[in-house]
Amino acid sequence: MSVITTEPVVRFENVGLRYGLGPEVLQDIYFELEAGSFHFLTGASGAGKSSLMKLMYMALRPTRGLISMFGRDVATTPRKDLPFLRRRVGVVFQEYRLLNHLSTFDNVALPLRISGTSEAEVRKNVEELLAWVGLENHMKSKPATLSGGQQQRVSIARAVIARPRVLLADEPTGNVDDRMAYRLMHLFEELNRLGTTVVIATHNQQLVEQLGHPVLHLESGILHLPEKAIAGENENNPLSTAVPYDPDVLNYL
Amino acid sequence: MINRIDLPLDHDAHARFLPWLIAFMVYLAVLAVVGIMVLSKTVNNWDRGVSGTLTVQLAPDQKTDAVSKSAIQETLEVLRSTPGVIEASLVSENDTLSLVEPWLGDIAGMADLPLPRLIDVTMDVDVRVDIDALNQRLAISVPGASVDDHGVWLDRLVRMLQTLQWIAISVVTVIVLVTVGTVVFTTKTGLAVHGEAIQVLHLIGAQDSYVARQFASRALWLGLRGGLTGLLFAIPTLYAIRFYASHMQLGSLSVTDFAAYQYLLIAVLPVIVAIIAMMTARNTVLRTLARMP
Repeated sequence: MSVITTEPVVRFENVGLRYGLGPEVLQDIYFELEAGSFHFLTGASGAGKSSLMKLMYMALRPTRGLISMFGRDVATTPRKDLPFLRRRVGVVFQEYRLLNHLSTFDNVALPLRISGTSEAEVRKNVEELLAWVGLENHMKSKPATLSGGQQQRVSIARAVIARPRVLLADEPTGNVDDRMAYRLMHLFEELNRLGTTVVIATHNQQLVEQLGHPVLHLESGILHLPEKAIAGENENNPLSTAVPYDPDVLNYL
Repeated sequence: MINRIDLPLDHDAHARFLPWLIAFMVYLAVLAVVGIMVLSKTVNNWDRGVSGTLTVQLAPDQKTDAVSKSAIQETLEVLRSTPGVIEASLVSENDTLSLVEPWLGDIAGMADLPLPRLIDVTMDVDVRVDIDALNQRLAISVPGASVDDHGVWLDRLVRMLQTLQWIAISVVTVIVLVTVGTVVFTTKTGLAVHGEAIQVLHLIGAQDSYVARQFASRALWLGLRGGLTGLLFAIPTLYAIRFYASHMQLGSLSVTDFAAYQYLLIAVLPVIVAIIAMMTARNTVLRTLARMP
């Protein structure tokens, strides 16, 4: 399942989606995400942002059209191979979706354990990442005892722990203060710098403007592409000065 | 097997009754299986013990109140010339008297009763003797002679026991079906209760087998626990049955002395049921997850 770098990591061709017999919530979606690109996905509530994300993390099948992830047509990929595609896609769910009975540590460790990583390595990686997102003192806490922002950070840590090739985040900065929002964005950009393709759905217009990444804009189920969507367009990144570069993140990644 | 469980299956209230139900099922299964083994052993014993013999009865002459020597001689000759008969011997008058003694007491000998004479016949088990034809031949040459074939009444008993055996086998089948049904129900409830967690595991790339393994190992554990409990309760019950059987002089129903493999079968019954529970849970989860995209 090696991926040729010139091939787009995500490719939607003429994709439509409807729930049941309802109207199409997504129409004629056509776009490609090149490896290493960073996009924002914007649009009003109900415009279809979450549906589009769900198609990308393979929680839904399109009613028509072709979706290919890492060069593989999702529709024709045998069901037993789909988990391996999903493992390359890290997802920060809008409602976090943490497992309530598991501690912070165990929640973040899930993707590693699912893929059979040794416990020693799980411990090392999870502890390091939890320290990075500022949760080193909450490793044994259950989600119910964490604040909304802390839960969100657990969810982000879980999404990136297995070093996914694509990172999808649905409103990842909705519940954190500005400083943590920039810190998290910095984590996403570090991941992106190392080759992860990032798509962030957000309402935060300020963040979009400040970071200056190309924007995919959804309006009533129709996707408007950015004028130029160039991979790794990070030149005018205000964050690189706003937040000091943290060498630890490279150790982790 | 997996040593880490991501789903909080241990806290499921709906699964708590499962070990008790399995305990009850294994309890019944042990009794039914022991029943099957006792019955088949008994049928075998009876078959082997009696099929090789029959008795010929000579009624006393109504005028002399005795059986004539010539009639006895004639009967013995007919019997000995019959193919399949190994031996035909006259039961002595004393032995015949002792047979009726329990009913009549020792006055039987003094009372000069008109007793029939009996001839014990041993037959080759491998040769099928036509009892009806033998009866006819005897009736022609010796009036008052009749064949008392043990097989006739034994056949009915054996058939009854075989029916009981089939009932026991059906009971075991029903037990298996009920166990499977209950495990399917419990697993489906578990899948519904943990639907959200399972969905998350699915989306972060867990294979179906990863989720199925958690349910399967849980079902195996509950099954083993329940099964051993059931076996534990079944053993004293079996001893009680054996105690009462010996007191009621049901000597022919031998509850003890099974072969080693039969004891082994009883011992592994809980394991068999636990494995059935495990496979059922696994299949149920896999079939349900297959519906996820």
